[in-house]
Amino acid sequence: MAEKRRYSFYPGCSSQKSASSSNYLVSTQAVCESLDIELNEIPDWNCCAASIGYAKGGELPRLALSARNIALSEQAHPDQDIVATCAACWLATRETQERVQADPELRREMEVVLEAGGLKAEFRKPVRHMVEVLVEDVGYEAIREKVTRPLEGIKIAGYVGCQTNRPFGIAGESFENPVYLDKMVEAVGAEPVEHYEKKVQCCGGALMFSEPEKCQAMVKDIIEAAYDGGAEMIVTPCPVCQMNVEIYQDEINKRYGTRFRMPVVYYTTLMAVAFGRSAKEAGLDGQVIRAEKLEQIAGK
Amino acid sequence: MSELNQAMAARYRNDFLREVEANVEEGHWVRMCMQCGVCAGSCPLGPYWEHPPQEIFMMIRANKREEVLASSSMWMCTSCYNCIVRCPRGLPITHIMHGLAHYAARLGLAPKTQPTRRFAEMFWDNLMKKGRVNELKLGLGLYFMNGFAEGVKTALAKRPIGQAMLRAGRMSPMELVRPHKVKDIQGLKAMIAKARELEEARTTGGSAG
Repeated sequence: MAEKRRYSFYPGCSSQKSASSSNYLVSTQAVCESLDIELNEIPDWNCCAASIGYAKGGELPRLALSARNIALSEQAHPDQDIVATCAACWLATRETQERVQADPELRREMEVVLEAGGLKAEFRKPVRHMVEVLVEDVGYEAIREKVTRPLEGIKIAGYVGCQTNRPFGIAGESFENPVYLDKMVEAVGAEPVEHYEKKVQCCGGALMFSEPEKCQAMVKDIIEAAYDGGAEMIVTPCPVCQMNVEIYQDEINKRYGTRFRMPVVYYTTLMAVAFGRSAKEAGLDGQVIRAEKLEQIAGK
Repeated sequence: MSELNQAMAARYRNDFLREVEANVEEGHWVRMCMQCGVCAGSCPLGPYWEHPPQEIFMMIRANKREEVLASSSMWMCTSCYNCIVRCPRGLPITHIMHGLAHYAARLGLAPKTQPTRRFAEMFWDNLMKKGRVNELKLGLGLYFMNGFAEGVKTALAKRPIGQAMLRAGRMSPMELVRPHKVKDIQGLKAMIAKARELEEARTTGGSAG
């Protein structure tokens, strides 16, 4: 048995209990347990302002939010990488880390800001996405070895979306055609949709609330392309992608006369089921559009 | 016209590019745009922009201060970062758009009823209350931002989605009574106040040019 891997975990607002991606957290915990990964929550972490807080929160106040989380992580888990499951959390934290490292003036300002909250930080820790941990630290081979219930016969569209893919992306992957989700789908025994045309299309993010017509048009294309590729479900690494693509299907059906009913799950949901965890541990009860095929496998 | 706006207009008279470079997040990059239009072509909301990014950059250089700052354009950014990864000159376009939006709001020139502007402000206020976003309050606030009657209508129209989220355990009325929160909210607020103070000093600290 390999040594236990330990990370300083930043769950983010949407993964909290009863929040919109609480099922992401449930399935992540199950997967980490199976893979002997220990997630240590950053004590008293705060919101990162996502990519929509900019109207009122200027540059420094926004970066200050992430700086606080980094400082708390350094304090509580000095030798553990920061890991986030949410794309926006990861992006904001990593951006803060990189900007402070690159800009001595900003670093001085940030030290003053942290001091006002009784904190200090070195800004040296790697800030990583859970996908990076799974791909780089664990590896596809080890994932494959954990599979006790291969998801045979299910065709899945790997929808990567925006912020897990840009601007940082996963090392070694292209911005236009990242393939790590497809490899994950394969590793758990399912079949990825080849040439999934809307793989990196934006789902509208937070603008789904303020510009619903424009964003629903994009989501329609994302779902349509998955059907065109023969997919029975969509898999995604991002809480906002998951929500936007799953929960508006009825409204899109009304608006466009379509008959979409496409389950949208997290990569961790797939893994949890394939690793032999229960439907509940895989977060399947959190689906608005039920992933019936996964439920059947999990129920066996 | 806000006092800050008057002061800035006077300080940078006829040199909006210099104003943007000095006061807008990542604004010093605007000069680097070579007008290729890849950003406009890559933007998922491209068809809806009043002026796509490269046009905004040219307008900044052409001194079109009011047109740029009062435009709804910057509020069309979905933060998908397509423009950033494709820009041949490496301009951090997403950040510049956010920076322009923030600066326009600070000066009091951003369109007041622009829905994304209002949502962005609600989001920030929401997160600053407890240090964590309260999705339920944010959603309800969004329904009612155009008044009570409109709010009831929207809430009714969105009821199936709300009910589905409740059933799936991805929303809870408990958030209204016992919300998630940061324990050291005072420390967090002190940090944000300090950050705001330093940032404002950056903008207003320079001597009149």
